[in-house]
Amino acid sequence: MFLTPALIVSAVLFTLGVAGVLLRRNAIIIFMCVELMLNAVNLTFVALAERLGIAGQVFVFFVMAVAAAEAAVGLAIILAIYRHRGTVNLQNINLLKG
Amino acid sequence: MPGSLMPGSLLPLLWLVPALPLAGFVLNGALALARPTARRTVTLVGVGLPVLSAALAFGVVVQLVRLHPTTPLVFHYWDWLSVGDLQVDVAFQLDQLAAVMLLVVTGVGALIHVFSVGYMGDDPGYARYFAYLNLFVFFMLILVLGASFPVMFVGWEGVGLCSYLLIGFWFNEQVNADAGKKAFIVNRIGDSGFLVAMFLIFRHTGSLAFGDVFARVAAAGPVAAPVITTIALLLFLGCTGKSAQIPLYVWLPDAMQGPTPVSALIHAATMVTAGVYLVARCNVLFAQAPVASAVVAGVGVLTALFAATIALKQWDIKRVLAYSTVSQLGYMFLGVGTGAYAAGMFHLVTHACFKALLFLGAGSVIHAMHQALHATHAQDDPQDMRNMGGLARALPWTAVLMWIATLAIAGIPPFGGFFSKDAILDAAFAQGAVRPIWYLFWAMGLLTALLTAVYMTRLMLYTFHGPNRTGEGAFPHLHEAPVVMTGPLVALGALTLGAGALNVPPLFGGSLILSRWLAPVTAGAARWQPALELPAATEWALVVGTVALAALGIGAAWRLLHPEELVPARLAPPERGLGRLLWKKWYVDEAYDALIVRPVVWFSREVLWKIVDVRLVDGLLVNGSAAAAQAAGWVGSRLETGEVGFYVVLFVIGVLAVLGAALR
Repeated sequence: MFLTPALIVSAVLFTLGVAGVLLRRNAIIIFMCVELMLNAVNLTFVALAERLGIAGQVFVFFVMAVAAAEAAVGLAIILAIYRHRGTVNLQNINLLKG
Repeated sequence: MPGSLMPGSLLPLLWLVPALPLAGFVLNGALALARPTARRTVTLVGVGLPVLSAALAFGVVVQLVRLHPTTPLVFHYWDWLSVGDLQVDVAFQLDQLAAVMLLVVTGVGALIHVFSVGYMGDDPGYARYFAYLNLFVFFMLILVLGASFPVMFVGWEGVGLCSYLLIGFWFNEQVNADAGKKAFIVNRIGDSGFLVAMFLIFRHTGSLAFGDVFARVAAAGPVAAPVITTIALLLFLGCTGKSAQIPLYVWLPDAMQGPTPVSALIHAATMVTAGVYLVARCNVLFAQAPVASAVVAGVGVLTALFAATIALKQWDIKRVLAYSTVSQLGYMFLGVGTGAYAAGMFHLVTHACFKALLFLGAGSVIHAMHQALHATHAQDDPQDMRNMGGLARALPWTAVLMWIATLAIAGIPPFGGFFSKDAILDAAFAQGAVRPIWYLFWAMGLLTALLTAVYMTRLMLYTFHGPNRTGEGAFPHLHEAPVVMTGPLVALGALTLGAGALNVPPLFGGSLILSRWLAPVTAGAARWQPALELPAATEWALVVGTVALAALGIGAAWRLLHPEELVPARLAPPERGLGRLLWKKWYVDEAYDALIVRPVVWFSREVLWKIVDVRLVDGLLVNGSAAAAQAAGWVGSRLETGEVGFYVVLFVIGVLAVLGAALR
């Protein structure tokens, strides 16, 4: 019933997330864009659960739990980087090169 | 196993015959490494085990005589190779032919081991010497007893290895090491023929065991298929290497660089006869390949004549005997190529006796010469006949025994060589009635008999008669060798006298014992090569002619050669004309050097080394792959920018590519 619009919204959100990750340089923004992608996937799960069974809705909770944990760890890393280098701009954080 | 039917039989102990010398090799090899000065132990092990092996072999053969089976007794020990259709067992086969070789190898081998105790007594490599000699006997017995081509090939290669080790025994001198290398390389050329022949045999009969192969070839009928001819010729290529026939004979004269007992055992009595044994063993194959048999006989008689001419002008006593060996081996191949397998084997047996006697006699002479020259601190060559002369006065036993062997090899009745050589020449003459080219072979064989008598008389004359040329001070130092050396000489002298009795033809009231003994083995060939009978009058004429020719050779050499005109080697003028050509061995070594050795060396250095190895292997493959890895590493390191954004772009591209591939 709402499947097609829901999937379209999900795709748009996901693309926005990818574009954000690709184009922005601020670590916090990129982190938010990753969350955007996760939630786009969540939306797809919920939308498709109507047709393919309740497992999709259950899976959303797992994704949320993992995303929360990831947010905690990720933000801690970003904070540590900021303390160490005084910036969160990824262009200036390029120590890992060959 | 047939032996198990008879309690108390020695036949199941056949494996001990080669195992005893192998144990000797292991023990002496360990002693050579750990305690090379323990001479008494080395002697006990190195001589005792081969003598024990000879005694056991004698017992086994006696039991075989009682059984006289029409098919070979096969003793299976374990599976060796089992790949697809190829089944090779480690198995021994005892039949009448193997029994003859068994007695020759262990009997003559044991005598020469005893002789070595005296000859090598002062050598620092005493233990190593006996280790190698025992190993040789082991491999030779594997060769003789093997029940299939691969097992025989193990022995075939093993005796080649021992030959190499013993030729280069005194490897501190370059010339000895070179001689060993030459023997090994020339033998490898022949061995390649043997290998290819084995491949063909397996391809066409599906087996490599003697029994199966010969049964299947015999069942194929009297069709002289080209493939059988090819196989027979390739096998014969192996024989030309091992048995020193044209074109691969060049290694044998150089092999005289080894100790003299080694020359007697390996390069005269046993190993070099392996080719004759192989042809006799494969008589079914050769009987169905008349062209190959003609090649065997032709090459054999050509080698016999060619080597005899060279022997006429050699001064080194061992080189004369070496060319004489090549020549006599040619006779054996004339015999087996003619289809007279028993006659060829008969000559093998008599030759083993008288040639071992000649070589050990030469060893006794060299031993005495060496000691005399050592006592006077002279630098002369102890092997050059120009430095000898009149030795019969100092070495009476050796002189008498070597005269016996000389008369035997010249073909004077009633010595062993007379009957065997006569049997071969008779067979060749008889074959001439069917295929006329054999008349030519026979004539060449006859001429060789004359030359044999001449060069052997020359050797005896220059060595033992006339004035002595060793030097005033040296002559009193010349002494007969100790009993441990003369004992084997006497035993071999008795064998030389008696060996003829093995196969006396009906013409002289005999009954061809050896021919009848070998009949079960040669029965397969006899189907296609019926024995040709000569009228008694013709046979008498041939016998009288041969003996007259041999007597003429001895007499002519005795009258025409003047030992009193010889001068010692260091004063001798160089040879001229035909004499120089013969002394230089027809320049065959020089021709091989220019035509084969140098081009191969040039090709190896200029092409294989400088282009293939340096540029292709080292340049392209080794350094090239390193450069490729370096370049790939450089590209990889450029990708590693450290910028997360760049990684993300690559990641997204990757994901899209995977998705695109999955959805397509």
